[in-house]
Amino acid sequence: MPAVQETIDRVRSIDLDQYKYGFETVIEMEKSEKGLSEDVVRFISAKKNEPEWMLEWRLDAYKRWLTMKEPEWARVEYDRVDYNNIYYYAAPKRKGPESLDEIDPEILKTYEKLGIPLREVEVLEGIAPERRVAVDAVFDSVSVATTFKKELEKAGVIFMPISEAIREYPDLVKKYLGSVVPVTDNFFATLNSAVFSDGSFVYIPPGVRCPMELSTYFRINERDTGQFERTLIIADKGSYVSYLEGCTAPKRDDNQLHAAVVELVALEDAEIKYSTVQNWYPGDNEGKGGIYNFVTKRGDCRGARSKISWTQVETGSAITWKYPSCILRGDDSRGEFYSIAVSNGMQQVDSGTKMIHLGKNTTSRIISKGISAGRSQNTYRGLVSAHKKAKGARNFTNCDSLLIGDQCGAHTVPYIESKNASAVFEHEATTSKISEDQKFYCQQRGLSEEEATALIVNGFVRDVLQQLPMEFAVEAQKLISISLEGSVG
Amino acid sequence: MADVTNLRSPAEAGLSKLFESARKGFASEQAISREEAFRFFEATGLPSRRVEAFKYTDLRAAITEAAPPAEAPSEDAARAAVAGATGFNGVEAVRLTFVNGHLVAALSDLDRVPEGVTVTPLNEAMGKGDARLKLLAPVEQVRENPIYQLNTAFLADGALISVVPGAKPATPLHLRFVGMGEAAFSTATRVLVDIGAGAEFFLLESHEGPSGLTYQPNDALDVHIGAEAAFRHTRLNREGDAAIALSTLSVRLDARAQLETVNLVTGAKLSRHQIYLHVAGEDANAVVNGATLLGHGQLADSTLLADHAATGGVGREMFKTVIDGDSTGVFQGKIIVRQVAQQTDGKMKSDCLLLTDDGQMMNKPELEIFADDVACGHGATCGAPDEDLLFYLMARGLPRATAESLLVQAFVGEAVETVTHEGARDALIGGIEAWLAARG
Repeated sequence: MPAVQETIDRVRSIDLDQYKYGFETVIEMEKSEKGLSEDVVRFISAKKNEPEWMLEWRLDAYKRWLTMKEPEWARVEYDRVDYNNIYYYAAPKRKGPESLDEIDPEILKTYEKLGIPLREVEVLEGIAPERRVAVDAVFDSVSVATTFKKELEKAGVIFMPISEAIREYPDLVKKYLGSVVPVTDNFFATLNSAVFSDGSFVYIPPGVRCPMELSTYFRINERDTGQFERTLIIADKGSYVSYLEGCTAPKRDDNQLHAAVVELVALEDAEIKYSTVQNWYPGDNEGKGGIYNFVTKRGDCRGARSKISWTQVETGSAITWKYPSCILRGDDSRGEFYSIAVSNGMQQVDSGTKMIHLGKNTTSRIISKGISAGRSQNTYRGLVSAHKKAKGARNFTNCDSLLIGDQCGAHTVPYIESKNASAVFEHEATTSKISEDQKFYCQQRGLSEEEATALIVNGFVRDVLQQLPMEFAVEAQKLISISLEGSVG
Repeated sequence: MADVTNLRSPAEAGLSKLFESARKGFASEQAISREEAFRFFEATGLPSRRVEAFKYTDLRAAITEAAPPAEAPSEDAARAAVAGATGFNGVEAVRLTFVNGHLVAALSDLDRVPEGVTVTPLNEAMGKGDARLKLLAPVEQVRENPIYQLNTAFLADGALISVVPGAKPATPLHLRFVGMGEAAFSTATRVLVDIGAGAEFFLLESHEGPSGLTYQPNDALDVHIGAEAAFRHTRLNREGDAAIALSTLSVRLDARAQLETVNLVTGAKLSRHQIYLHVAGEDANAVVNGATLLGHGQLADSTLLADHAATGGVGREMFKTVIDGDSTGVFQGKIIVRQVAQQTDGKMKSDCLLLTDDGQMMNKPELEIFADDVACGHGATCGAPDEDLLFYLMARGLPRATAESLLVQAFVGEAVETVTHEGARDALIGGIEAWLAARG
């Protein structure tokens, strides 16, 4: 029987890439020379008008990096990056906009297309959402706009690009930068320490509940560049902040590197909620192009009763190498990790978390849902450890994998290390495929096979989606259906 | 600059020397290629923490000296040593006795081997180049293992056991390993078991040795279970308190084959029991259990790799560890489900009871899944005995120590109650009770 038009259309729509953020913005850019050298590090530092200590810090990192080897333990295979064939700094040529009107209209258009509100007024007008979000927009190597700065200042909250913070609040930056992720932590973190260009800096003063969600939107635009952002969030005693991060990149045939470092510090009674919707370009169905996402994220629950919660929805990137972790140093502190990692096509994900219990009565919770489709490989890799002094530590881990199709793989590599009797650790993991019965039940009620799959998957990941702030939860739900489209059958 | 030889540990250099001098005395080389095995070992060396598979069991640090291979003991000395051995004593069985890694014919029931079973001493089989030796290393991954390769290189004795198709001997065969001596020594034994289609075979294995002596046994058991055959295996590790005991069990399962293996560890200062399963035929069934009870600075490592390469395989793995004193328990388990192995049902569980604050447990339960129509899961728990349960028992008049013992017994009991052979099961329960009694 010849295929009906509907079938042909469907197959076509599957063949066409689903990634809708793959457009490119053409603007004049200023770049460092290609490759990495001491001069390039100096160039970046000079571009940012950095003080001498910062330059020294970078140079030290660069020297260390030269002696380090790229890690090979992750379950990912990729063509190694030629570190001398990328630009480490790229910024739109038009200099320092004082107001939104001075920003290159092309960039504004870009963010409009991505659905990111850079104009505060737009957020305030129309159907005013209940919650407002302050946005720091990072375009390649620089921050192009930060909204609601004044209003946040009133509350005492510092929210600015880290390059500005280095100049304006050197003492704070000096005290905390590199204190959670040391310069020599790992190959990619050290590289980032040498060449990081921008990212957000957040400081919430004691007792302040940040009046709105803070958000950074990362966009890689320029060809042959790497993005090396650095984010540092400090929640002082008794404060609270919720921070969202989103990212996209144009469709390209070659791979681009994104090596970020995120450091969170929560002091006594403080709470940080960090949510990510990672949607870097994943490459095409044959695995051509896409972003290498090699990210070091770590939070330090430094004070008693502090709490750090990571929520991530990972749908993009060709290769993901990412382990948002919590060091539970303060007594009674709590770490949480909620993750949905969806891989399709030729994507490879190696992601997970570390919960390091050092303080007494520390608790942690890990909920990880991996969904593999196409020919992708999806690995959960995690560590839960209780130090001798971590009396009464508790962990619950649940990592489930769902396989769609028989060409993909799902893997779990947990490490559970308990060094005292009063620590109670529970770990469970399952792998299964979508049950035919469930699918049949949904289809019988009139849903198409794809709709049925999406419904079941949404049920599967519900635990994690519930943790996301409202705006993100909706976006994440849409993302999951996009990355799974074409995976049925 | 330091050259490569300087980087080798004294134990590694010692092993090279021992291999050189032992080379002349070895039997036929063709069947087991010792040279190749030793070259492999020399390339990897004694695995340290930096080797992922030995992350928690640093053999390079633990083995400081290369102990010389033990000589075959005199019959009188062997008889004296065996007199003190107690493992599976109450179980009616056909015994093969190995003292210091050498088969002692006079203390073995070679003439009482049940019908349908043949036992050939490994030395004899190697001398003749027995074709069945090709069963060596029935699981691919075991060939990458330095402990197994070291065993091959120094292989001194063992047995080749064949069970004809359809045979179902009622009496189990007991491999009794006993160590003795005054000075440090090492042993390397290999037992090969080939079970014909539809046969059923019970094997008991006990390991005992003197306390206070740093001896290093390295034992390997290679098993091929034919189609629809069953292999039931119960193992007891009661090595001396200073022993470094390494062992490897590798099993290939054909279609609808059944495996049941249970290992009870109470002995040795450091032990590592490695289990490699290759599910080669469809609808095979494997039950792999382990019960480990540790105290006094012991370390016990159970490492498992279950490679499902055929459809419909069922795997049930349960490991129970009880940690007392400043001991360390290690569990590393990995289930691989290959793309062809649809409808695999694999469940792996590692539970640990920590009785003191000085003990530690390291769990690494891994899944590697390439097939979509599977149900695989693993669980790992770790914690102290439940205070509520203790209270419940104490409220009924039991002293705390007795209540704790009862809980431990119930906890570990789950892993041994699956043993089909009643006598073997009782022996394991007896082993657990003895450990609890010694703990006081």
